[in-house]
Amino acid sequence: MTSLDSVTSHPVAQQQGTEILLHAQHLSSTRANRLLFRDLELSIPASSVLYVAGPNGSGKSTLLRMLAGLYAPSSGTVSRFATDDNETWQRQTLFIGHKPAVKQALTALDNLQLQAQLDGAQIDDPWQLLETVGLLGLEDIPAQQLSAGQQRRIALTRLWYSRARLWILDEPFTALDQAGINLLQERFAEHCANGGALVLTSHQPLTWQPQQLQTLTLGGGHE
Amino acid sequence: MNNVTTWQVISTIIARDWRVAMRRRSDILNPLLFVLMVVTLFPLAVGPGPDVLGRIAAGVIWVVALLSSLLGSERLFRDDYLDGTLEQLVLLPTPLAVTALAKIIIHWLLSGLPLVILTPVCALLLKLPMDGWATLMLTLLLGTPILSALTAIGAALTVSLGRGGALLSLLLLPLFIPLIIFASAAVEGALVGAPILGQVLLLAGLMVLTLTLAPLAVAAAIRVSVN
Repeated sequence: MTSLDSVTSHPVAQQQGTEILLHAQHLSSTRANRLLFRDLELSIPASSVLYVAGPNGSGKSTLLRMLAGLYAPSSGTVSRFATDDNETWQRQTLFIGHKPAVKQALTALDNLQLQAQLDGAQIDDPWQLLETVGLLGLEDIPAQQLSAGQQRRIALTRLWYSRARLWILDEPFTALDQAGINLLQERFAEHCANGGALVLTSHQPLTWQPQQLQTLTLGGGHE
Repeated sequence: MNNVTTWQVISTIIARDWRVAMRRRSDILNPLLFVLMVVTLFPLAVGPGPDVLGRIAAGVIWVVALLSSLLGSERLFRDDYLDGTLEQLVLLPTPLAVTALAKIIIHWLLSGLPLVILTPVCALLLKLPMDGWATLMLTLLLGTPILSALTAIGAALTVSLGRGGALLSLLLLPLFIPLIIFASAAVEGALVGAPILGQVLLLAGLMVLTLTLAPLAVAAAIRVSVN
C-alpha cells in the first residue's frame, strides 16, 4: 500500500518578504519497504503553524523527525533558515517527540533544571515555571510516580523558556487534560505572535485559530 | 542567543547520569557484588594454597572485571533510548561525539573507578603477592576506561534491538582480548621482577587510542540507532 499526499488544504497567502524558517522539497520517505509519502513540498514561514494530520501509521512522526533532522529523507532536501550550519539550526529548533525525554528517576525540578542547562537557557525562577505548567507542589516527587499527563507537562516546560524559533511537536496534547491543552495553545499563540513557527501533529482539532495555518494531510483516503 | 558550551554539555550529562545512578544504587552495586562473590568463591574452589592462588590472582581479577563490565553494559544507553533522551542528545547543537565522550566518562566513574578501588580487597582475598598490587591497580586504571569506551560502542550499536545482550557480549569480548593479554602479562612480569614498562605503555597507548576514536564511533552508532 502506498500512501498518497494531498497537500495544503489552506495554503498560506505567501506575502512578499515573509521569512521562511524551513523549506522542504521533493521529500519522500520509505520505511520498512512502505512508501509513506512522496514528493512532499512544504515551507514554513515565520508566525505560521503547520498542522500535520493523518491516520496512525501515515508517516506523521517520520515527517516530523525528518524535519527535525533525526532522519535522513529517502530523497529530497530540507533547507533550514537558509543556512547550512547545523549548529545554528539546532539552536533554533526545538523538537519534542512522543517520548518525552523525562528522566523517570529524577524529580520534576531536577529534570527541568538539567534540561535547561542542556538547552543553554538561564532559568531565573524555576518555581514560577513549575507553577505555570501546574507542577508546583509536585516538584520533589520522582517523575515515575507522576501521571502520564504530569510527565508530559515536565517535558513541555521547555516551551516556556525556549528561545528556539521553530517548534516541532509530535502529539503534544497526548495525556494532557483540557486545561493543559488550553494552556499549551495559549503558549503556541504567544510563540507565533513573537515570530516563531510551529509544526505539530495531533488527533485533536485545534481550538485556537492561528493566523496562518497550513494543514497537511498524510495518508490516502482520509478526510 | 542561548549558547551552550561543550563543557556545559559534558558536565550536565555527567551530573544528570550521576543523579539518576544515585537514585538506583543497585545498578552500580550489582556488578561490584558479582566481582566480590567470584573472588571469594575462587579460594574455596581451587584451594587456599598461596602458590596456586597467587599465580592466578591477577588473571582472575581481570577476567571478573571484564565480565562484570559486560553485566551492566546494556543499560548504558537503554534508558536514554526508551525515554527519548537519546534523540534529544542527538539534536544538541554540540557535536554528538562530545556527548558520547560524556557518557563514556560517567560510565567509567560509575563502573570502572569503583572496580579499581575494590582491587586491593580482591588482591588480598586471592593472596596476590604485594609486588603485584601496584601493577594490577595501574593496569586496571589504564584498562577500565578502555572497557567503558568499547562497551559504549557496543551498547550504542545494539540499543535499538531490545534484547541485544548476547549480541553485545559477542561483539565486545574479542575486542577485550588484547587488553587482558597485556594487563596480565604486566602483572606477571611485576611478580617475577621483570620490566613491565612495555606492557604498561602499550596499555596507556591503547587507552588514548580508544578514548580518542570511540566517541566518534559511538556517535555514528547512536545516529543509526535513533534512525
